[in-house]
Amino acid sequence: MTAYVDALVETAPDGVSFDGLTVEFDGAYTYRTPEVELTGLSEPELRELATGSPHVTNWYFWHAVAPQKDDRWAFLRWLEGDDPVPERYDRLEAGRSTEWGQLHITVRLDGDGDRRYRLSHVDDAGADALERYDDPLDARELATYADDGDYRPLKTAPTLRTGWVFPDLGPEELIETVDFFYPATITNWHQERRGELDVSHWRETMARQTGMYGVIETWDRGEGHEHVEWVAESCCRDSQCLKRRVWQYDDETDLGTPGGDGPFPCREPCSLVVTAARRFTKLDAEQAQTYEFELTPSEKEQLEALVDAVADGEVDGVRDADLSDGANRFRARFLRARRFDDEGNLSGQPTEK
Amino acid sequence: MSTALVIAAHGSHKNPGSSTPAFEHADRIRETGAFDEVRETFWKEEPSFREVLRTVDADEVYVVPLFISEGYFTEEVIPRELRLEGWKPELWDSDGTSADTAVLTAADTGQTVHYCGPVGTHDAMSDVIIQRAKSVTDDPSVGEGFGLAVVGHGTRRNENSAKAIEYHADRIRATDRFDEVQALFMDEDPEIDDVTEYVETENIVVVPLFISDGFHTQEDIPEDMGLTDDYRTGYDVPETVDGHDIWYSGAVGTEPLLADVVLERADDAGAELDGAHAQIRERTETTADEPPTAGLR
Repeated sequence: MTAYVDALVETAPDGVSFDGLTVEFDGAYTYRTPEVELTGLSEPELRELATGSPHVTNWYFWHAVAPQKDDRWAFLRWLEGDDPVPERYDRLEAGRSTEWGQLHITVRLDGDGDRRYRLSHVDDAGADALERYDDPLDARELATYADDGDYRPLKTAPTLRTGWVFPDLGPEELIETVDFFYPATITNWHQERRGELDVSHWRETMARQTGMYGVIETWDRGEGHEHVEWVAESCCRDSQCLKRRVWQYDDETDLGTPGGDGPFPCREPCSLVVTAARRFTKLDAEQAQTYEFELTPSEKEQLEALVDAVADGEVDGVRDADLSDGANRFRARFLRARRFDDEGNLSGQPTEK
Repeated sequence: MSTALVIAAHGSHKNPGSSTPAFEHADRIRETGAFDEVRETFWKEEPSFREVLRTVDADEVYVVPLFISEGYFTEEVIPRELRLEGWKPELWDSDGTSADTAVLTAADTGQTVHYCGPVGTHDAMSDVIIQRAKSVTDDPSVGEGFGLAVVGHGTRRNENSAKAIEYHADRIRATDRFDEVQALFMDEDPEIDDVTEYVETENIVVVPLFISDGFHTQEDIPEDMGLTDDYRTGYDVPETVDGHDIWYSGAVGTEPLLADVVLERADDAGAELDGAHAQIRERTETTADEPPTAGLR
């Protein structure tokens, strides 16, 4: 006899009510689903009804197999949607997919209501010939380097490497793997859904900093929050980080910079933002000076193109022979040869500090 | 009641290898099954100290800092970021090398947190330094005819930084295992640059008390000692400098036996570990005829 049937018989005296299934016991069993209602059942009759019933295997999975921590449970439920059980099972037979940042997760049924999960990069959703992994701990190494081999200090940067797949994870393993790729995103997503996310805005976060980061607080001079807009624009847009920024300047002052569209929230400035902000604080403390440069209109535009190319991470995409692009290497070398003196000063103007 | 172990390390935005020791020690402890969950957390990586507790299910969490000395990070940053209510360094009642544990509640999650002293100031760290000497010389009975230099960063800003180094040097010296034991530093006297002046024995094992291999252990210290003019060209183990053979071990934090110090910290804090200690020691310790610090404890 199967475990889920035993469990149902054992639990019935306490009453079972879940996802459309109701089972009760008051001397005899009652079994109710949206499709049938049967009363006065004996235990063998209940067992016969329960065996192979999607309603019962579904109840069993969510109570005895799936992890019970609220956020983990809610995430797994969300992955399969809230269709009525028979329809949900039909969809799960084929596999139901969700995107979580750059992760692509497919849940499918695996006999007796058990769920199995496939996890890959979104770009590899339909790919074969991927490198297979089964141990959630391996996600740490996969999350460490981008496809070009660069170190990824920010886990939710949109640079997750491709070419791997966890084809067959159990529910607890899926949670663990996702948490290694995108730490704490599941729990913060869940807290936000419940309206309980504890957001730490810019001002309180910077006020909390000490040591070498204590200086950042001095950047808030009560003269507006434009500087924080620049930080959010620099570090937090979806092109840089897939978390959806929900922290603002303070409790009362929202930032105008878009926070992003991803499913999981960013609840406070992260260590990279804090580290960058320390540098920005120092840079922004310098007084502006007046310099005189001679540039042709094309050279001015070229400087702008160079900054854009670096800021947008597009330097590697500029072709060697594309001399029309201001960020082309030969164009940049020509500008340097033409306009820099031997000390590297633009138009021969020394930098005065 | 389920329990979790959280290993809190520095991590890095620049060096991908910085987190490796935390991961490896965590995995060694995972294998023992002593805790329901084991999770790594970092100041510079994720999960951050701010968010790690909410990722573990357990009501009872043992937090062990993977840091060498007691000071800014262990006394201020980690407890603040974990939101440990009522924390103050006095709860450890430490003289700079004697931190034990404090039981506190995390304000955001309500979990009970056993906040332990760092691995670096635990007595068992002396064993790891000796094990490191055994590993680098490939000699389980290393000692006689060898000097040992324990190297720390040292910083004038935190006197505890040097204390941890001297503490273990003193303990190992007291065992008479090595002919000489000397504490040396990068940023204060006595400096590692002059290792061959401070240690007389022909053979010198040099063990840096750092958690991860990085710029300091792979570039600065080898160059400071004269093992090489340029770290990129490498050096031999042992390498001859001023007539001495220097056996440079690299960061002590990468020694597998360090996982046992993490367990010791949790053990001191009351965690039930069953046979985990024995398992870790069996897998990570090379033993000669005598246990390394017999008589020390």
